[in-house]
Amino acid sequence: MATAAATRTNWWSGGRSPFNVEYGKLMMWYFLMSDAFTFGAFLISYGTIRFSQNYWPNPNEVFNAFPGAGHANLPLAFVSLMTFILIMSSVTMVLAVHEGHHNNKKGVVKWLAWTIVGGFAFLACQAWEWAHLIGGEHVVLNGNQLEVWGQTTSHNPWGPKADTQLVATALQNSSHEALVSLVSSQHHEMGHAQLAAMPDDRLRSMINVAELHVNEPGPVAFGGYFYGITGFHGFHVFSGVIINIVMLIMTQKNVFEKRGHYLMIEKAGLYWHFVDLVWVFVFLCFYLI
Amino acid sequence: MEHHTESSEVTFHHEPSDNTKRIWKTFWILLIVTVVEVGLGLLLYSIEESIPGWLILFFKGMMVILTLAKAFYIVSIFMHLGDELRNMIMTIIVPLSLFIWFIGAFLWDGNYYRTMRNRYDPSMENKTLQQPPQQKADTATNPLY
Repeated sequence: MATAAATRTNWWSGGRSPFNVEYGKLMMWYFLMSDAFTFGAFLISYGTIRFSQNYWPNPNEVFNAFPGAGHANLPLAFVSLMTFILIMSSVTMVLAVHEGHHNNKKGVVKWLAWTIVGGFAFLACQAWEWAHLIGGEHVVLNGNQLEVWGQTTSHNPWGPKADTQLVATALQNSSHEALVSLVSSQHHEMGHAQLAAMPDDRLRSMINVAELHVNEPGPVAFGGYFYGITGFHGFHVFSGVIINIVMLIMTQKNVFEKRGHYLMIEKAGLYWHFVDLVWVFVFLCFYLI
Repeated sequence: MEHHTESSEVTFHHEPSDNTKRIWKTFWILLIVTVVEVGLGLLLYSIEESIPGWLILFFKGMMVILTLAKAFYIVSIFMHLGDELRNMIMTIIVPLSLFIWFIGAFLWDGNYYRTMRNRYDPSMENKTLQQPPQQKADTATNPLY
């Protein structure tokens, strides 16, 4: 009924807001629009640099780990779980807003609490993913020697596949540390200390060059963009969790009950959904394509 | 239905829906679209070495379209933008259409930079291509791949 009346109203004749939206909510929308431009600029900058390179790492090879699954090749699995967590927390948030519309304090508290749990779960997943990437050990043919790199903002171990002949030559120039790491990647039964005590020649003889997965260095920009953009998104998730916690406390203290409406929950909800919205695009740009 | 007056800016109140059917329907749509996206991604991963470049682009384009569909459902249903007045929706959506130019212009520029470097700095191409090209094709006539 309100919709029918709304279409008949002359919104621009003055005396009322032509947007029929409360001030705070409208400003939240404009803030989110500006934030969308910020994220959009980041992602487009990433796309520009990616288009300017002849080679770009295949995300399926970079993001193929799952907590507790060891070295199993599971592309897209972990990030699908993260996406599911964020979509689920978006649903619990919209349910909290729904309960707010009905002035049901109990319902708001219940669904807000679940949203906060989802937010923390997502952050925990991201922390694991970052730690796994930074601490990863990947053999890289750098110049004429083999080195062991993790994925950082200055090193990218996911370049093109290195030539086997060059790898065999580089083996002779490689440091003791790199050799130990190479052997331990092929002989899981041997301890690190045990290998470190062996002479280089012994280590070299234990390496099966044909089965080594060695890459050349990849484009450095990959790490900067990945950590920069997922970090900025993660910061949004974190601040969203904080906002939701504040909302939960205010609800518990009957602030909204006394006020007579739960509009603040709606505004916090807009922010939280935006975080989910951005993730949809981060998921597309970094993991899918 | 009785409403609490929250502010003078709001002339007409939205009737809050009685049930959560719409929310759960949207959840299932988002979930199914995501599963399809992941399925496409895994399918592409398993066959991308053996299919032509345009087919890879087709797969990636499908994923972009599905992502835009997900974005529509999140904004329209979860953020309730679809329930707002047209006046207000337009002040959000119209500025965002700048992205159409933004994406096109910048990706074009990135591709142009790559083409120029490959043309005038041959070491660049040898260093960063998996296999040196058999015959030197001008990447400007065959962008994106």
